[in-house]
Amino acid sequence: MSKLGYFPGCSLEHSALEYDQSSRYVCRKLGIELVELPDWSCCGAHAAHHTQHKLACALSARNLSIATTLGLGSVVAPCPACYSGLKFAQTALKNDPQLKEKFKNELKLDCNAEGKVFSLVELLSQLAPETLKAQVKVDLGELKVVAYYGCLLVRPPKLVQFDDPENPSSMDDLLTAAGVQMLPWDYKVQCCGAVLAVSNPDIQLKLSGDILQMAKLAGAEAVAVACPLCHANLDLRQAQINKYCGSKFKLPILYFTQVMGLAFGASPKELGIDKHMVAAGPLLSKAGINQA
Amino acid sequence: MKIGVFICHCGNNISAAVGVELVARHALRLPGVVCAHTIHHACSEPGQLLIQKCIREKGLNRVVIGACSPRVHEATFQRVLVQAGLNPYLLELANLREQCSWVHEDREAATRKAIDLIDMAVGKVARLQPLLSSKVDVNKRTLVIGGGIAGIQAALDVADSGHEVVLVERTPTIGGNMARMDKVFPTLDCSACILTPKMVELATHPNITLHTYSEVEQVSGFVGNFKVQIRKKARLVDMEKCTGCGACTLKCPIKAPAEFNLGLDKRGAVYIPFPQAVPHIPVIDKSICTYVLKKKCGLCQKICPTDAIAFEQQDEVLEEEFGAIIVATGYELMDWTVYGEYGHGKYKDVITSLQYERILSASGPTGGHIRRPSDGKEPEVIAIIACVGSRDAAHGRPYCSSVCCMYSAKYAMLTREHLPNSRVYIFYMDIRAYSKMYEEFVQRAQEKYGANYVRGRVSKVFERNGRLVLQGADTLLGQPVELEADLVVLAVGITGTASTIALAKKLNISHDEYGFLTESHPKLRPVESSTPGIFIAGACQSPKDIPLTVAQASSAASKVLGLISHDKLETSPLVAEVNIRRCVGCFRCLDVCPFSAIEEQVLRDGSKVARVNPALCQGCGLCSAICPPAAIALSGFTDDQLISQMEGLCSQNPV
Ligand SMILES: Cc1cc2nc3c(=O)[nH]c(=O)nc-3n(C[C@H](O)[C@H](O)[C@H](O)COP(=O)(O)OP(=O)(O)OC[C@H]3O[C@@H](n4cnc5c(N)ncnc54)[C@H](O)[C@@H]3O)c2cc1C
Ligand code: SF4
Repeated sequence: MSKLGYFPGCSLEHSALEYDQSSRYVCRKLGIELVELPDWSCCGAHAAHHTQHKLACALSARNLSIATTLGLGSVVAPCPACYSGLKFAQTALKNDPQLKEKFKNELKLDCNAEGKVFSLVELLSQLAPETLKAQVKVDLGELKVVAYYGCLLVRPPKLVQFDDPENPSSMDDLLTAAGVQMLPWDYKVQCCGAVLAVSNPDIQLKLSGDILQMAKLAGAEAVAVACPLCHANLDLRQAQINKYCGSKFKLPILYFTQVMGLAFGASPKELGIDKHMVAAGPLLSKAGINQA
Repeated sequence: MKIGVFICHCGNNISAAVGVELVARHALRLPGVVCAHTIHHACSEPGQLLIQKCIREKGLNRVVIGACSPRVHEATFQRVLVQAGLNPYLLELANLREQCSWVHEDREAATRKAIDLIDMAVGKVARLQPLLSSKVDVNKRTLVIGGGIAGIQAALDVADSGHEVVLVERTPTIGGNMARMDKVFPTLDCSACILTPKMVELATHPNITLHTYSEVEQVSGFVGNFKVQIRKKARLVDMEKCTGCGACTLKCPIKAPAEFNLGLDKRGAVYIPFPQAVPHIPVIDKSICTYVLKKKCGLCQKICPTDAIAFEQQDEVLEEEFGAIIVATGYELMDWTVYGEYGHGKYKDVITSLQYERILSASGPTGGHIRRPSDGKEPEVIAIIACVGSRDAAHGRPYCSSVCCMYSAKYAMLTREHLPNSRVYIFYMDIRAYSKMYEEFVQRAQEKYGANYVRGRVSKVFERNGRLVLQGADTLLGQPVELEADLVVLAVGITGTASTIALAKKLNISHDEYGFLTESHPKLRPVESSTPGIFIAGACQSPKDIPLTVAQASSAASKVLGLISHDKLETSPLVAEVNIRRCVGCFRCLDVCPFSAIEEQVLRDGSKVARVNPALCQGCGLCSAICPPAAIALSGFTDDQLISQMEGLCSQNPV
């Protein structure tokens, strides 16, 4: 597992640059070598799999075949949508030898159907908690956080086959190992509204508002996420949520890798925490973390 | 050799795909065949009469019928032969329906296959020999396994007709799940009032022996002559001396969740499951009693006024013989905690329907006052979620549990009677209320009792500010809904049990993947199991309500009475036979026989050979197939008969 293909995906190059930075940081610290797939292409996101099954498969198969060519057995994708696309394609190719053959002959895409596709949460969950604990330099014991998994990270269960689809705990376990106080709550997999933010913003603002409300009720000071879209909906649009719901949330939304990075001793800047809309500074000072 | 061939149209079940006239004309050209006819329905009276007429007039001594599967009508046609004076085993059936017309569309190919099947049947029938069945005595005693309402009803019906019955119940009391209920639909009569008198009647019936806290350990034998080992687990209480005063149960300092109340409250290590239990005698739970575990305490022994506590008691194993067995082992609720969306069981006020029965019951843990488990408060808003673990392929439960729609309506009525100011919401997919007075019952719940029916599945239950929140969709309004409730009752799906599966293995009867026992024919043999002499009744066969359970139990009882009304039973002559001159005594047959029908026989020279007990042999043929020197022949399926059948197939008979 120490060396695997890394598929950052489009978000992590732009709007979620800090997720990329912090993911690479955490993996480096944990001795996982990420080899970014050269010349990777967009996974097709919602547009592809809503248009055509084969097209969506082919787009992800292209990226998987790059890993195969480099002899990389496994691939990890931090973004749940990219992960879902890759996993979907890989499963389809494994179960449908005809499709695999067709891709090979017509598109010259040769994928190792036996390789494994990981989400970053799933990948890090393979490590023993001691391995994580050994890296902890900063005590985050004061920090009260809820883990928000979103709809895609642990679903659909038949495809993902990882963690509980209704009440997951893997991210909580990772952050607990990093020394954070993880609070139980009931909105771990509730939908944030996803791309409805573009087409039906009212619905997204209500759904995301509900999530922040439940996080507050649970006593959280920050929400840990693992998805660029969840992050955008909860952080970027938090001011809009407040306007729509008449609320006054000021809840920092952090990538779980940023929280782990803090525990491992990185500075907030190194982890891109300064890039968020809802400032995490006050919270970090309170938790006694040096902001420099 | 005079063979008659009869090809059935089966209405148009066969003739739609098979050219029956062509097949009959072909048959006429086969060696030994003296007549060949087509018949519209061979099994009907005109059909049977035609076959008999041919047998008599043409002097037929072998008959081939091309019709449906032998499973359907072999017995019918055997009787036709007997009535015409022929041995019933001189008959060969060719399955032109299930194995030909129903599974093929190409008429020409199907007709060719039908011709092949007739060629084979004619080939084999020529080699058949008359066989004679023998007779065995029938034991008139009946074993009933399971003491729920099904077992109770069946046992009483058989015993009332003057025959001896033994009832074996696994738990310390009879009554089953019905005993847990407060009032039962569709009449809302009190469950105890109609059940407990029957329990007492059973326990005191002169023809019934009751073994509670007992299990069937081993079963051998066959219809009319079953041998059964029953383990009577040690209660550690002397049933002769005990008066059921219950003093011990009040004093016992150990506490454990009460099974009968489904964990809603606690019981002692010595306990009587519920006040109306039969027998009304305590049992000591050996897994927690400190006297049993470490010889400490013994309080019950000290206070028992009749000295009935018997720590030295041991399990007892009884060997009994029966002619018939009725299995009535009932159901359980499936493990609903697989539903993460309802909290995996972490919320105290999300309970199962059976738990709610106990809460409603006057003899339950709350004395019949509706109080929620978390804080003992009266709930104001009660939400019932239907179809949890039913009609849900995603959780491996595609079937309908058939009673939950009805008891959900019952809960609306009872709840509103107990707490007139409460509000009851029922989230449902469809309402299934198909029996007599059922639809009216559901209507009453809505109109008279103000039950709020919301059509849609609940997608999530969680806690917010100390209340339970249900989120889902109202699919009639096409809108998401959210409801705050104080108590959530899950109408959890009914499943067969692991205990029934284990028992089915011992009895050699079939069950499905959910643990329900399989009837021999879904329409025509609903209470017969796959093994002759063993019958099934009640919810162990499929989810069902009490009216259906009782009807099925009485039906099983009448089948048993039909069986034991004979003094002797004919056994099938289609059994294996060992040719001792060929047998080398390797006993490979002993290993493969699923019915333990192979015995050792010592010859005069001291060598050992195999022998088949014809009473146990079911004619499966495994031994004859495995026997290296081909020393075992199965009557009706001997080597030369099967070879002749193959020759029929391979001979290029002109079409
Ligand atoms: C919540 C709920 C409410 C209901 N309300 C109603 C209602 O109002 N009206 C209605 O008509 N129906 C109702 N029903 C249906 C009713 O419970 C059943 O129809 C009925 O209990 C079936 O009876 P049974 O004897 O087949 O099974 P059970 O009642 O399950 O009895 C089976 C018995 O067999 C015993 N047993 C199991 N395995 C073994 C073994 N291996 N050896 C020996 N003994 C064994 C068990 O201990 C038990 O005593 C309800 C069901 C549920 C779940
Ligand atoms: S009886 Fe009603 S509630 Fe129960 S499974 Fe069938 S449809 Fe669902």
